[in-house]
Amino acid sequence: MSEATLERGMNAFREQMNAPVASFFSSCVNCGMCAEACLFYTETGDPKYTPIHKLEPLRRVWEQEYTLWGRLKSMFGLSKPVTDELLEEWETLIYDGCTLCGRCSMVCPVGNDISYMIRRAREGFVAAGYAPEGIKGASRRAVTIGSPMGVKFPALAAQIKHVEADSGLTIPVDVEGADYMALLSSMEIMNFPEYLEALAKIFKQAGVTWTISSEAFEATNSGIQIGSSDIARELVNRVVVAAEKLKVKYVISPECGHAYTAIRWEGPNLIGRPYDFKVVHILELLDELRSAGRLKTEGTEDDRLTFHDPCQIVRKGGVLEPPRNLLNMVATNFVDMNDSREMNWCCGGGGGVSANERAEELRIKAFKRKKTQLDELNVETLVTACANCRLIIEEGLEEYRMEMPVVGLTEMIAEHLVEDEK
Amino acid sequence: MSTSIDFLLWVRGPGFDIALFIFIVGVLIRLLEVLILGRKPDYSEPRGAELGAGLLTLVTRTAPEGGSFKRSPFTVVGGYIWHIGFLVSLFLFVPHIELIDSVLGIRWPGIASNLVDAIAAVTIVTLVAMLFSRLTHPVKRFLSGPEDYLTWVVTFLPMLTGYLAYHRMIDPYPLVLGLHILSVELLMVLFPFTKLMHAFTFIIARWYNGAMAGRRGVQS
Repeated sequence: MSEATLERGMNAFREQMNAPVASFFSSCVNCGMCAEACLFYTETGDPKYTPIHKLEPLRRVWEQEYTLWGRLKSMFGLSKPVTDELLEEWETLIYDGCTLCGRCSMVCPVGNDISYMIRRAREGFVAAGYAPEGIKGASRRAVTIGSPMGVKFPALAAQIKHVEADSGLTIPVDVEGADYMALLSSMEIMNFPEYLEALAKIFKQAGVTWTISSEAFEATNSGIQIGSSDIARELVNRVVVAAEKLKVKYVISPECGHAYTAIRWEGPNLIGRPYDFKVVHILELLDELRSAGRLKTEGTEDDRLTFHDPCQIVRKGGVLEPPRNLLNMVATNFVDMNDSREMNWCCGGGGGVSANERAEELRIKAFKRKKTQLDELNVETLVTACANCRLIIEEGLEEYRMEMPVVGLTEMIAEHLVEDEK
Repeated sequence: MSTSIDFLLWVRGPGFDIALFIFIVGVLIRLLEVLILGRKPDYSEPRGAELGAGLLTLVTRTAPEGGSFKRSPFTVVGGYIWHIGFLVSLFLFVPHIELIDSVLGIRWPGIASNLVDAIAAVTIVTLVAMLFSRLTHPVKRFLSGPEDYLTWVVTFLPMLTGYLAYHRMIDPYPLVLGLHILSVELLMVLFPFTKLMHAFTFIIARWYNGAMAGRRGVQS
């Protein structure tokens, strides 16, 4: 990668300028309502976390270079320039104090999609060299090793062997012509291998032909989190090449939020063309199998339980009802949180915040929002569908001394599968 | 007396023409500046259609999302009252309709002047309260810069001078009427160069927001 400079950062900001961004900046009247939608503001009370304020550097570029009045003002030296100092100051707001959850975009009265702009603003920050070390490291590992946590295929192969030995199931690898190619997140490989076993069980029962690619199994995309289209494109491309090589019809995005955004929504635009395959989220696929009668479960969970909507899968991904349909299949006492579906509150660790050690204290503070939501419900179990949310929630619960199992939805379904006769 | 009539004649004549010209040309330039940037094609497979979702958001964003209303009740209620009050005073006061008819040749029924008067009084009080809120609410005060206060002033002045003119509270009448028209001209001249532009661009912003979310299967 070429060296990061302010000049490169400015060029990256300019590349991000488009009609939506210009219409959003033109429309903001500083009403402050986005602050109340942001967990970093509600839990700290610090106005600097007001979502639209986090965009001041990008706003300056827009005003000074994309409006007649702004150009006149700069000509007479009346505008404040974008400097290294400014970006350095704003780095913590845009990376530590935003999870790209997109809740602010749902409440802005003039309709500003603020998180859309934060995602774009990060392109300028990273190009200018202002991004947190933690995410930089993860991106470097993703590009050079193949996964942000440094997981190489042998590590996955070892887990596969483990799961196969434990369960007596087969996990297909590099099978050409399978219908589905499953992706995993490093977090699932290392911390939640139950997910892999759950997939194998469910697909066997439902008669789904599937495979894992040894060349592209990693679903997460640090490029999306850090805001570098170059890195994001490289990582998406690996998946596309592998999927097209194995001639699969579908690629399955795992229980990971931003992976879905990366492969489902940003991916085709990063590589500049539609895919030859379709992308489905694992919950969409399970819900499809359910409605086709190919997913048979027995027994129920009778705990009072709730579902944490991962922002990127639900609000930003459009997978709203499948988790509920699936939960209602196996749970008798499922309740939704007060703010749920597209208005859910983030766990506090999305958008690269969980990979950013510097942000930990703030993230723990922001978790109080989730804690409040859970306290209101008085539930015994929390179900979610994102390995990152799951880890962040487990950490948060521990921090606030709350005892509550956090379960992945796919595993929960797998546990209730009707066992095959043989 | 004659100077105030001269003043009134100027603001009604050349003054108004200049302001109207700057307003129209300025707004067109600003809208063009936004739209000309366009956006790249989206190659991801859509889950829903953009058009319907965008148009729906354009309408639904007028009502606040429930949680936001609870968290910012003053901003929401105050915002409604003064926006509606301002529009009623502008478009439903009979002398204003007469003026528009004389320029554009279109007219619509107005409402009783004493009703407009009451609405205008409420609007003025609400605008003062909104300013107070901007100066005291931690988030609004933090965000606000000179432009936020300038736009408040140029929005407030036409309401105030209109009220003073209606009640003939300044003598001579041509002077206060002239001041009222001048304040409107100030609003028109500053409009394209400030965030007052949101009165037009919110339509584009809401549409993009709704369309982009709708494409992903979410009604925003």
